Amino acid sequence: MIGLESLRGLQGALLGAGGIVLPHIDYTAILPELILLGGMLLLLVVAALSPRRLATEFYATATVGIGIASLVASLVLWKDVVSHGPFTAVAKSLDIDGFAVLFLVLVSCVLIVAPMLAVGYLRREGIEGCEYYVLALISGSGAMFMASANDLVLVFLALEVLSLPLYVLAGFDRRRAASSEAAIKYFVLGAFSSAIFVYGIALTYGATGSTNLGQIAAFLARNVLTSNGVLLGGVALLLCGFAFKIAAVPFHMWSPDVYQGAPTPATGFMAALAKAGGFAALLRVFVTSFPTLRSSWQPVIWVVAILTLVLGASFAVVQRDIKRMLAYSSINHAGFILLGLQAATAQGVAASLYYLFIYAFLVLGSFAVVTLVAGRGDDQHDLSRYRGLARRQPVLAGSFTVLLIAQAGAPFTTGFFSKLYVLQAAVAAHSYALAAVAMGSAAIATFFYLRVVFLMYSGSAPVEAGVSPELVEPGAASLAAPALAMAAPSGQALASGLVAAGGAGVEPAWAKRSGGGSGASGEGDGAEPPGEATTGVPETPLSSSPWTVAGLGICVGATVLFGIWPEPIIEFARLATTIF
Amino acid sequence: MIHAAFLIPLLPLAGFAILAPFGRRLGNPLAGWVATALVAASFVVTVIVFVGLFQQAPAHRELTQSWFTWLGADRLSVDAGILVDPLSMTMAAFVTGVSSLIHLYSIGYMEHDEQFPKFFTYLNLFVFAMLMLVLADNFLLSFLGWEGVGVCSYFLIAFWFDRDEAASAGKKAMIFNRIGDAGFLIGMFLIFERTGSLQYTTVFARLGHVGTPSLVAIALLLFLGAVGKSAQIPLFPWLADAMAGPTPVSALIHAATMVTAGVYLMCRINPLLHLAPDAAHVIAWFGAATAFVGASAACAQNDIKKVLAYSTVSQLGYMFLAAGSGAYVAAIFLMLTHAFYKALLFLAAGSVIHAMDEDQDIKHMGGLARLMPVTSLTFLVAWFAIGGVPPFAGFWSKGDVLENAWAVTPALWVVGAASAVLTAYYIGREFFLVFLGERRWSEARPSGDGHGGHGPVAAQAVAGGPPALRRRPQDPSWHMSAPLVVLAVLSVFGGFINLPFHPSFVFLERWLDPVVGPALRRLHYSVGQEWLFGVVDGVIALTGVAVAASLWRRAVDRPAFEPRFLSAAWFLDLAEDRIVARTGTALATFTASVIESRIVDGAVNGVASLVRLFADWARRAQNGYVRGYALGIAGGVVAVVAYLLVRVVQ
Repeated sequence: MIGLESLRGLQGALLGAGGIVLPHIDYTAILPELILLGGMLLLLVVAALSPRRLATEFYATATVGIGIASLVASLVLWKDVVSHGPFTAVAKSLDIDGFAVLFLVLVSCVLIVAPMLAVGYLRREGIEGCEYYVLALISGSGAMFMASANDLVLVFLALEVLSLPLYVLAGFDRRRAASSEAAIKYFVLGAFSSAIFVYGIALTYGATGSTNLGQIAAFLARNVLTSNGVLLGGVALLLCGFAFKIAAVPFHMWSPDVYQGAPTPATGFMAALAKAGGFAALLRVFVTSFPTLRSSWQPVIWVVAILTLVLGASFAVVQRDIKRMLAYSSINHAGFILLGLQAATAQGVAASLYYLFIYAFLVLGSFAVVTLVAGRGDDQHDLSRYRGLARRQPVLAGSFTVLLIAQAGAPFTTGFFSKLYVLQAAVAAHSYALAAVAMGSAAIATFFYLRVVFLMYSGSAPVEAGVSPELVEPGAASLAAPALAMAAPSGQALASGLVAAGGAGVEPAWAKRSGGGSGASGEGDGAEPPGEATTGVPETPLSSSPWTVAGLGICVGATVLFGIWPEPIIEFARLATTIF
Repeated sequence: MIHAAFLIPLLPLAGFAILAPFGRRLGNPLAGWVATALVAASFVVTVIVFVGLFQQAPAHRELTQSWFTWLGADRLSVDAGILVDPLSMTMAAFVTGVSSLIHLYSIGYMEHDEQFPKFFTYLNLFVFAMLMLVLADNFLLSFLGWEGVGVCSYFLIAFWFDRDEAASAGKKAMIFNRIGDAGFLIGMFLIFERTGSLQYTTVFARLGHVGTPSLVAIALLLFLGAVGKSAQIPLFPWLADAMAGPTPVSALIHAATMVTAGVYLMCRINPLLHLAPDAAHVIAWFGAATAFVGASAACAQNDIKKVLAYSTVSQLGYMFLAAGSGAYVAAIFLMLTHAFYKALLFLAAGSVIHAMDEDQDIKHMGGLARLMPVTSLTFLVAWFAIGGVPPFAGFWSKGDVLENAWAVTPALWVVGAASAVLTAYYIGREFFLVFLGERRWSEARPSGDGHGGHGPVAAQAVAGGPPALRRRPQDPSWHMSAPLVVLAVLSVFGGFINLPFHPSFVFLERWLDPVVGPALRRLHYSVGQEWLFGVVDGVIALTGVAVAASLWRRAVDRPAFEPRFLSAAWFLDLAEDRIVARTGTALATFTASVIESRIVDGAVNGVASLVRLFADWARRAQNGYVRGYALGIAGGVVAVVAYLLVRVVQ
């Protein structure tokens, strides 16, 4: 503290009395972010000064340590907020409340797990160095600021701090053209959406005279501006900017290409972090600042949520590339999280928070498995790679099964409660149609999750009609039809479909192609056409990296543990919402 | 002493817990002895508790033992607890007593069966379930026992499941009971909805706030449950088929204990029936009709056990007649005496079946009296008891029922009296065909050592009669005949627990008074009228006996008295099969083949194809060009902004 005081004195001396009035900065309030940024700088300095190349494990250890430190700082803040209530800091541009601290904790957790899952990949691909970790830490601090930002300008800055490192991470694997292409696409479209977002801020400022969320809310509470075109235009543009970040339909088109092209661990990290940050700001801005305009934006969210749910699930069904499939699945998840926002109640926000929290672990774990299965070169993502995985790597297949059925919403996993709570919130807010559509989309989603599970456990039988029924040759289509019944989650129907098609000895067209064949990039020109020559790449065994084992263990363990014993996180999300 | 009551159901449960895993290792006959000992111990505990209860002042003869909260959900709170009062202890005493005897008998009866330990496992589980049914202090726990006896009954009817007949009889019992159970369940829902509780004492205390239509509905729904379990019209066909089970099972479950559960339930809810006299009338008439139909059907059966099965249906009808007339004591009285003589009849029939090499056709028997003196004498006692010949047990209990029926309306009495004549007649017919007359069976050659009547029998065997017996029929071993003797003694003297002559003799009525007293129908007959009833009852019984003797003493076939209409039990089974079962099957087939496979599956598959087609079509927008994606975003922005601005303009 003494150090901080003297620092402040120094500031005063440097700037003089007539200069810009610096706000009082409460450093304890931004300690988690400071830890991340400080740690990041330290890493850079160490990497630059070190006489020889340091192993990637060193950086990973350091990053995990930094993550743990920020987790501890976040928990201290949580205690503070619980006992003393929420407070604003740094000229009211930061709002440190339960909601913000929940995201601080979440981002810290992601920063602890994500490096563990990246180590094996970086070593395998020979991309040693501190860059991955440094970028992750910067991005993490951006996500944290997004959650606690109480000013639209700060939200925008945080959004950029979050996004810029992610653009780089997407293009991190320079040897793969797909990676660079993903980065360019992400960057161009991100810039586009940022422009839209900034314009939204400008319009909002024009209508309300402030960028501070609290002041905007106070202004709107005093003045009835339900028919102000400038304000509503601003709200619309802000919404579109956020919708891009969380990949809601129709602002989602970048995400499958980027998810597919980016290095797989980066994809997982991106999916967990960008979604958390985007939703944090979206929820805060719309629920705290624009509650009076609820009747205007709720229908928009309603439509966007339905499109996101249905299209996300539908498109995932026809994917043959697991990363694209998971990308669409994450779009579907975004639709579920939007249910909580659409309800616009404390219950809905708590449900969304809970969903985001558990989703981070699910998606990190899932992409970790994909990383391993892809093997060296990271471009073997065809679903056929997963056939018989259970026999080759039972533990890995088991972990993936848990993560996938959790995403499908099976009981005794966190996925069940996350879907349950958002649906409860939607029903409590009388959004019956939306809840029904969500459940329908979950049924569709179950199909493509279980398809992968089924593949993994189906052994190396010559025929797997159930894998991708749409690709079965026309003659077999009728035989394989029961497999489609799995859209309503019925493993039996799938099995019968398989037996029927198998019994007829029909070979699906795609199965004749080599794994990852040219048919895989049926959509988008983004992905480099996977070469036929890469078929022989073996998948990486789980045991090759204890880091991955630990990271995956955390993800699967959390999914099962909190699926059976859900109270802690539910209570956390509920409290976070009440201290709002 | 009363506090030992919790042991009563737990001892048979312990038997089940021991026999289920270790029964096979204990083997034959040890498993049987373990089961018998535990049920007998339960009987001893029951007697102790019974005595303890008896020593209390009448007003204090009620004790609720609550073990733990079984279910708690919002307003619904159900304890696992037992209610010790005169009614439940009377039931427990006779259930454990009769069960002990039948366990003992089964050791002998089942000694050659390969599934011997399993049989006793089921029997113990059955006794436990039955005791839970009668001891529970709330409807739900009773229902647990109710379902428990149902499922044990299924296991035991289908015990010889490799016989088609037994397997389908088990299924039939299950399905018929299910219909009744649905009534019980809905009744419980209604009770909870109206009173907010399921505990007997609480529910009965709150009945005053419940409207009469609701009371009638509850009573009739519970009665529907009783109709299924106690085989009343129209749900009795399962009981006749249930005779495919081993004979001790028929005696225990389908005569003495399980089927009386419905009667117990009606007596338990006596405060409710008292407030819903319309429902009580319905019950009485259903009972009377069942008594008559059952008795008439029993007159034309040729299977030794089917006669007894229809007889049970008929006797249960009497019990419902009594319960519906407000004569709960008479219902329990008849239940007790019936348990004695019906168990006796079944066990005697079992001895005969054993002796006849599992042949159950009474037309193949005859002349067994001299060879099986114990069996035939005890059967004779049971005949007089069930027929109501004074002073056997049935005379007193059936007399009570008929007196009460008369007090409601003489029409009920007429139906009951007609059934009583038939009762004395059909058991008489069976007695004459089985034990007297000429021998219509033959012995195998090696043991055919020149005893009388050999010639004609051999001739009949050649003419396509029953196959020759392996050995000469004889009375069974002691553990089979001892229960016969005990039950015969009870059938003679069992009626003395409730004698009408003087108020100090009506032991049962005074004992049950704390439970059923307020709802009981009080009779106001003069001494002369009482005597008149007694004489008429005696005449009725003796008429039946005399008719049976005159018709069946010598004859074997009298087609005029065995019409198809009666042997098929008024074609009720056939009608139900045609109307309900066949149409139900047809409906199910239709649902499975058309609705399920075409419409439901079609919808699912159709949706799946639609999703796929749609996605394949829409994914073309995902062309991989950044400009295309930017256009998508721009389009989205335009749509959102346009929507909000249009709202402004409006």
